[in-house]
Amino acid sequence: MSIRDRLSGNEAIATAMRQINPDVFAMFPITPSTEIPQYFAQYVADGKVDTEFICVESEHSAMSACLGAEAAGGRAVTATSSAGLSYMNEVLYVAGSLRLPVVLAVSCRALTGPININHDYSDSLAERDSGFIQLYAENNQEVYDNYLMAHRIAEHPDVRLPLMVCEDGFITSHAIENIEIEDDTAVKSFVGEYKPENYLLKEENPLAVGPYGVSGYYMEARVAQAHAMINAKRVIKEVAADFEKTFGRHYDLIEEYHMDDAEIAMVIMGSSAGTAKACVDELRGQGIKAGLIKVRVIRPFPAEEIAASLSGCKAVAIMDKSEGFSACGGPLFAECAGACINMDARPKMIDIVYGLGGRDFTVAAAKSVYERLGEIARTGQTGPVYVHMGQREV
Amino acid sequence: MAYNLKEEMNKEERFHAGHRLCAGCAAGIVCRAMMRAVNPEDKAVICNATGCLEVSSFQYPYTAWEDSYIHTAFENASATASGVEAAYNVLKRKGKIAEDKEIKILAIGGDGGTYDIGFQSLSGALERGHDFTYFCYDNNAYMNTGTQRSSATPRFASATTTPAGVESVGKKQVQKDLTQIVVAHGSPYVAQTTLFGNMKDFHEKAHRAIYKKGATFVNVLTPCPRGWQYPAENLLEITKAAIDTCVWPLYEVVEGEYRLTYEPKKKLPVEEFMRLQGRFNHCFKPGNEWTIEAAQEYVDKKWDELLSKCV
Repeated sequence: MSIRDRLSGNEAIATAMRQINPDVFAMFPITPSTEIPQYFAQYVADGKVDTEFICVESEHSAMSACLGAEAAGGRAVTATSSAGLSYMNEVLYVAGSLRLPVVLAVSCRALTGPININHDYSDSLAERDSGFIQLYAENNQEVYDNYLMAHRIAEHPDVRLPLMVCEDGFITSHAIENIEIEDDTAVKSFVGEYKPENYLLKEENPLAVGPYGVSGYYMEARVAQAHAMINAKRVIKEVAADFEKTFGRHYDLIEEYHMDDAEIAMVIMGSSAGTAKACVDELRGQGIKAGLIKVRVIRPFPAEEIAASLSGCKAVAIMDKSEGFSACGGPLFAECAGACINMDARPKMIDIVYGLGGRDFTVAAAKSVYERLGEIARTGQTGPVYVHMGQREV
Repeated sequence: MAYNLKEEMNKEERFHAGHRLCAGCAAGIVCRAMMRAVNPEDKAVICNATGCLEVSSFQYPYTAWEDSYIHTAFENASATASGVEAAYNVLKRKGKIAEDKEIKILAIGGDGGTYDIGFQSLSGALERGHDFTYFCYDNNAYMNTGTQRSSATPRFASATTTPAGVESVGKKQVQKDLTQIVVAHGSPYVAQTTLFGNMKDFHEKAHRAIYKKGATFVNVLTPCPRGWQYPAENLLEITKAAIDTCVWPLYEVVEGEYRLTYEPKKKLPVEEFMRLQGRFNHCFKPGNEWTIEAAQEYVDKKWDELLSKCV
């Protein structure tokens, strides 16, 4: 029996964590993810969890402690944002290479500078090559649901990779929405117990973790890790199917919105997708064949799915809520353009960098993008491929 | 039971031969001795910072370690150990590890991974009071990358980033007194030791540290023949000179109480330590006599300070 409740994304994640009852939570505060360990600290104080809750002295140590705990045989979690995620950078790669399924909640926030506490994806997308699986959410319900699926995906024997559950800083992390919370017992039985095959504290069989790998071995380890990420694609779908069977809500690598006959489309992530969907509804009401792809999973990247979905489109805008400073487009644009490279008939594709540091994204803004796509579809002229939207004239 | 080296050496090795440490490297001896200090019936998890020891003792697919071992990065051995300890506590509480089973959590790093880049992580773990023991094998410089100075490098030592030259007499700053800094954290057991004689001093301190509940610390002066520039076979001569000149005093601090564990019969001049090593060669050149005087002055001051703290 699910329970209807009003929760922020942060509280939804903390609730999921309480239900899962992880072995170790290593925390260090940073806005806007701080509430997650704060809620959790109260669960610890009230005896609602068995977790060892350690307040470490930095995000680097938070992730390092998670590595130690996970390798030792425990289920380890943490949460962070922005500079905190960047500070973890080195050990995020170690988590991936050691194949430790740590689950990290990220309340995505802009990177400095100027220093800014609001939302964009410059923190999490900068870590897209770290070896973490990355799940993104449009609203608080998806944040909660992604967290319930996270451990099963990460810990699957064919995957064994760390995973980030990403929410939009303040937009989903702090805004309160009505969501369905599942029953504690049902969550526990869905997520299951963590039973690693080998771990440091296994008495009968010691384990050595984190070797020096010379050229004769390094590549094999990296290829195995790459295969694990390929496997993750299948496992994410399998876990989503079981999730739907258990709790009734459907998830996939991408969500297609009016894509069946779409001629113009947007590829977008997170809460902005909700805004853009309202725009699509309006345009559809006017008979305009507009559609939208929401990318739920950034790692592993659903390249084939995106390409297949875009195959009927004439013009597509990739919506980048982070700047990659490549001088030719944001990170999502590069990935999507790459995904489409072998299509027989590619749509015209532009990149719109928007919403940096929490700059508002509105239905009207989405509409202006679709208007431009309509123009490209009519004329066949792409115009400027890489543009920024919503900034003051400079 | 009284310490007996022969009996100790009859114990099963827990740090095996075949590692790739340099001939004469003292770090390997530290590891063997450290593992002998873990009771044979107890298991251990070793958390190792990146450094000479890590790349030499666990090169895939070989490991010198009999016990469980983890290396994650350079600056985070203490944080990694914190996580292992947290998992140990919870798994024990949940009955996944037998109640009567003891698994000791050890961290080990060089002075780079302890005094410098790993200092924050060490300080955090000490403050939180995880039940683990940190061993620093202090070889006075970043040896894995080729003898660059660290905050543990003594004043006047020539390192590759503080070379002696026409305008230089080696490192300008004195060694950071990390042992004192750890004491200031309120750690229940802190000790300074090195390898000498029948290894009794090392063994007893290591054992006390490992079996004292809380975050404990053992700082081990660990000469490096490459970086200190001395013939590999001179190791024990060097460590003996370090303790007899009081360059590296041997003491322990138990629950805040200082105890001197070795007092030289005759305190030797500091040059008896310095002249054994190529890294101080320039100090003995005409015109540089003042460096030896300054080194002596500093050692005397530190020694007097320590004596005043000891009961």
